[in-house]
Amino acid sequence: MYSVTLKVNQTSHSLDLDERTSLLDVLREHLKLTGSKKGCDHGQCGACTVLVNGRRINACLTLAVMHEGDEITTIEGLGSPENLHRMQAAFMEHDGFQCGYCTPGQICSAVGMLSEAAKGWPSHVTENVATRSPPLTDAEIRERMSGNLCRCAAYPNIVAAIRDAAKQSI
Amino acid sequence: MKAFTYERASDCAAAAKSAAQPGAKFIAGGTNLLDLMKLEIEQPTHLVDVSRLPLTRIEDTSDGGLRIGALVPNSDLAADQRVRVQYPVLSQALLAGASGQLRNKASTGGNLLQRTRCYYFYDTDKPCNKRKPGSGCSAMEGFNRIHAVLGASDQCIAVNPSDMAVALTVLDAQIETIQASGPARRFPISELYRLPGDTPHIETALEPGELITGVVLPPPPQGKQLYRKVRDRASYAFALVSVAAIVNQDGSKIQEARFAFGGLAHKPWRAADAERALLGRSPDDIAFIEAGELALQGAKGHGANDFKIPLAKRTLARTLKDVSWSQI
Repeated sequence: MYSVTLKVNQTSHSLDLDERTSLLDVLREHLKLTGSKKGCDHGQCGACTVLVNGRRINACLTLAVMHEGDEITTIEGLGSPENLHRMQAAFMEHDGFQCGYCTPGQICSAVGMLSEAAKGWPSHVTENVATRSPPLTDAEIRERMSGNLCRCAAYPNIVAAIRDAAKQSI
Repeated sequence: MKAFTYERASDCAAAAKSAAQPGAKFIAGGTNLLDLMKLEIEQPTHLVDVSRLPLTRIEDTSDGGLRIGALVPNSDLAADQRVRVQYPVLSQALLAGASGQLRNKASTGGNLLQRTRCYYFYDTDKPCNKRKPGSGCSAMEGFNRIHAVLGASDQCIAVNPSDMAVALTVLDAQIETIQASGPARRFPISELYRLPGDTPHIETALEPGELITGVVLPPPPQGKQLYRKVRDRASYAFALVSVAAIVNQDGSKIQEARFAFGGLAHKPWRAADAERALLGRSPDDIAFIEAGELALQGAKGHGANDFKIPLAKRTLARTLKDVSWSQI
């Protein structure tokens, strides 16, 4: 067992954990924050995506004990039913889901992705990687979101939601 | 997952010493190691967490190159403006691999040491000489569409999955390490990886506990650079074949050409004779097709992966053509 203090959605939690516990399992099983979903548990589907110090990562592929002092934000910390984050509102507006299982991961990933784009990061579809701040076209959104799978294939509406939220953030 | 003890390393030397204990392993991003631990392919008894060591900087070197700390995340390395302008092949290779979430976590050192994605290495019910030495190779007569056509042995036909390593190989990068016994050393990336031979479970030249601390790029090469990756999906898939190429030409003659293949062998694959054969040639289709013929001369398919041999030749020819006449 290992003692660690995790800061999740601006609340600190002191926990004694089996070293094997993934960040995802701590969120879901210990802290009952079940918005982050377990899809593949191998970093392939993106359903577990959370923000750690503002960066999107797969919560299933990281050990909770490695996150002492980190600022962890889950879907529950992004917004609330009364006060939705603009990305949550955009997914509602554009019907960016069907079953909804991948949605918390999609939304956390999209928020992280927009902050990467705001820093001017290129992607695989950027024609010239040396271009500072490549424009966020639909092709760029699709490529940058390729780590989030949607088995219902709500992709067109997910792209529309992200495109809309991106405009609002400028 | 098997149980293990956990330690957060305080400095590089202590980390190396600690990881030299039998059963110990480093963990940085964890994106490959934890995947393998969940499947009990990797079963470390002790993890040395190096993720907080001060190896996160990208610094200019005195000779005009770059030193990349081993803990620089893949996404930060791909986004570094010096890398994007002076070593675009490296940015392109990094961005062609994994997903945004994985690149945010995966480290430079960890990317270099990621394990193969051979189906049989992952399937603990099947023989695999890499996972269980002496048990046999299931890929040889099995599903081997993704497997090696160069440098393989009758013990193992797995391929190295890294895109980044292919770009670092064409850039003649150097690897910096610290050994468990104390001394630091530096050697070319071409000496990091081993061919499978009779010991496919030994993949690198690193000693037990030896910690990669950084990667050094020489000054940017003359000419244009390009990474091309051919895969089953447009994104988020491993390479069937990839090519990292650097060509310097003056419109009529090639002054220098370098290339490395990914997806074909147990390590990024250079073909020095094929590179040399391009010197002084006109940068045209004939020269590029001949280079491919020369580079793939010793290639051997295993049935389902036979297609990789012509695919590699064509991918090389197209990449050399595109990089030679690139306007970027």
